Amino acid sequence: MSLLSIFRRKTFARGVHPASNKSTAGTPLRRLPFAPRMILPLAQHIGKPAVPIVAVGQEVVRGQLIARAEGFLSVPIHAPVDGVVEAIELRPSARGPWTESIVIRTYEASTQEVRWGTPRDMDALSAQEIIQAVQDSGMVGLGGAAFPSHAKLTVPKGRKIHTLVVNGCECEPYLTCDHRVMLERTDDLMLGIRYAMRAVGAEKAVIGIEDNKPDAVEAVRAALPADGSIAVAAVETKYPQGAEKMLIKSALGLEVPAGGLPSEVGVVVNNVGTLALLGRLLPLGQGLTERAVTLTGPGIKRPGDYWVPIGTPLRHVLEWAGAEDVSEREIILGGPMMGQAIASLDVPITKGVSGILVFDRRAVKAESDRSSYACIKCGECVQACPMGLNPSMLGLLAGSSEYELMGSRYHLGDCFECGCCTYVCPSNIPLVQQFRAAKSVLRQRAEIAKAKIEIHESGERFDFGHAEGEERKTGGRRHPVPETKG
Amino acid sequence: MIGKPSRIELRAAPHVRRPVGVEKIMLHVVLALLPIAAFSVWQYGLSALALMATVTLACLLTERAVNRLSGTASTLSDWSATITGLLLALTLPPSFPLWMGAVAGIAAIALGKALFGGLGHNVFNPALVGRAFVQAAFPVSITTWVPAYAPGRFTSFIPTTFTLPLMTPPDISAWAKAAVDGFTGATPMARWKFENVLAAPSDFLTGAVTASAGETSALLILVCGLYLAARKFMDWRIPVAVLGAAALTAWAFHLFGPQRYPDPFFVLLSGGLMLGAVFMATDMATSPVTPKGVWIYGGLIGVVTVMIRYFGGLTEGSCTPS
Repeated sequence: MSLLSIFRRKTFARGVHPASNKSTAGTPLRRLPFAPRMILPLAQHIGKPAVPIVAVGQEVVRGQLIARAEGFLSVPIHAPVDGVVEAIELRPSARGPWTESIVIRTYEASTQEVRWGTPRDMDALSAQEIIQAVQDSGMVGLGGAAFPSHAKLTVPKGRKIHTLVVNGCECEPYLTCDHRVMLERTDDLMLGIRYAMRAVGAEKAVIGIEDNKPDAVEAVRAALPADGSIAVAAVETKYPQGAEKMLIKSALGLEVPAGGLPSEVGVVVNNVGTLALLGRLLPLGQGLTERAVTLTGPGIKRPGDYWVPIGTPLRHVLEWAGAEDVSEREIILGGPMMGQAIASLDVPITKGVSGILVFDRRAVKAESDRSSYACIKCGECVQACPMGLNPSMLGLLAGSSEYELMGSRYHLGDCFECGCCTYVCPSNIPLVQQFRAAKSVLRQRAEIAKAKIEIHESGERFDFGHAEGEERKTGGRRHPVPETKG
Repeated sequence: MIGKPSRIELRAAPHVRRPVGVEKIMLHVVLALLPIAAFSVWQYGLSALALMATVTLACLLTERAVNRLSGTASTLSDWSATITGLLLALTLPPSFPLWMGAVAGIAAIALGKALFGGLGHNVFNPALVGRAFVQAAFPVSITTWVPAYAPGRFTSFIPTTFTLPLMTPPDISAWAKAAVDGFTGATPMARWKFENVLAAPSDFLTGAVTASAGETSALLILVCGLYLAARKFMDWRIPVAVLGAAALTAWAFHLFGPQRYPDPFFVLLSGGLMLGAVFMATDMATSPVTPKGVWIYGGLIGVVTVMIRYFGGLTEGSCTPS
């Protein structure tokens, strides 16, 4: 180690420093009482929705498998409570559209005890068996992505993983659930890291923790095994430190190629919350039925970190936290930088929800009162973008609908929508929002182009030119308006 | 809450923003310009104050008139027109007739800014457009210099200040000679170029030189610039690049011809280079957005300024007086 490295903090280039507001970091994780009804969307992970294996009216016990995985990129769902399946129907979801969900009426005498699961000897399992066990637990990335964990631990053919990077950054302001888990479930975390290392065949693991959590760094360091295979890296407190590619750069100094996966540089990244729960669930053979969630924000009277059963309706959680009045408030699932504002209190807490953030009237007003200006080319966004893009130029191009150019010349595809550009913009330009829209336009165009080629190749005759001509004749209307006589 | 419809706020991420808006940045630039303006008033008295007030007012009124014409809300609150007015006034000679100052202000906002679509769309610094306009229109008045620290500057105006619109200002060389003994009316740059006399560095720091209102105290401009850079309201790379490139170029020339070319220190302190590097070149709308671009842009400004000074027809070479 050179002398310089003592003074140089482990970090990545650019990024932003939002106020951390992590007021809930000092209080231990608490439990939440069960809601009278639990709602379990079948699609609460990335990939194919799970398939229900219970019928309406059937009794279930806490921890019981109620929906199985559909194929490889999918995970099963377990009952979060003892109760009876009341319905399998469409229910509102955080993303907007109603989705197929299993609704369970909770038995009031239900205990917190999980009575489902087959304990297994973890030491006897092969890498492949561990990955299968992870899928059976229904685990997804608890950092917010909700990507099936077993898929992440499956190393693509021909690649070798040397290091498992464990993400304990929690760079989103306000959130503290990972921080609490690191403090309270340190031993589980170490077990989980061991299992994940065996699954991917990594010899080393590095736990990246932002240096605003010195107690977590200490706690984890004290629990490290003596063989030196697991290390802790205190990285700079800077958003988005917890983004995969940023953390790999900070902790290992490796750069993942544009558009590539961490496995290309021999790394797999997992969240601390995910691994700590795997460390607990895998030996017991249990499924994921609860997760740590931070309840915080100026609009919440009793903020704190809670173990929330998966499927608990948001309304129940808010009532418990003293935020019954939601009028003129903004309720966000996740952190303030990348979280999702929700329109209905009837959405459930799913596996990917790391925080519930409520902004009160004052905070909402402060944001909506900001005036907007044209881009003054200050370059703040360029100096904030962790991917080294030029958001200023991308924003101008988006303004003139030059989506193709954004993708081809200005690397729009590398944007992972962290929101740094919008955060710093003094002109209040919704940059990342425009980029999201531009990306979806490009995706749609690519799909249409693909469909056209497929039709062409299949030899089917479908005259696009004719269809467009028809549209032109009717004045561009999709549905021709019948002419009215008289 | 029965019967009362509840309204939930819906916004796309990110839900928090940095508490720095355009108006805050601009306001701090105004604040950073105030000490320089005050120093100029201390040097040149009532006339400098009247000129600054007139030019700024002309800018603000033009901006408001443009708002009216285009039917948009007032943009005065973003402070950018105030910056243009103050900066423009600081590049003019203190004896500049007020009506000409008003013309400069109107030209700056109307031609330099509004024509292109307002804040953020301008391709030149509006203050410099205003200055270039009056440079072409009133070549005599813009090169008529008066001495600093003239006695009685706080009780009476310079004779040219209240020249009637469209009238030729009176000749003030007799007034200037009477006010300060031995006054030549040449700026340090002109004295170096045409008379081969170098001003002492200390004169620049205290403002005891003849120049336009705001370019006489390099030290004060530097301090104000440091404030802006420290508060991150300005890209520090630009002044560093401009001044660094200018100093390097001047140093190279000085090395080959110490008799013909002044030392880099003189180049840095004289003329409008400091004001240009700190407040003009850093205009956000007209400077590059990427750090690499900023270095190239600043470096070129520095080199070109020195080249114009040494080989061009204009003595000062910087974006301020010629």
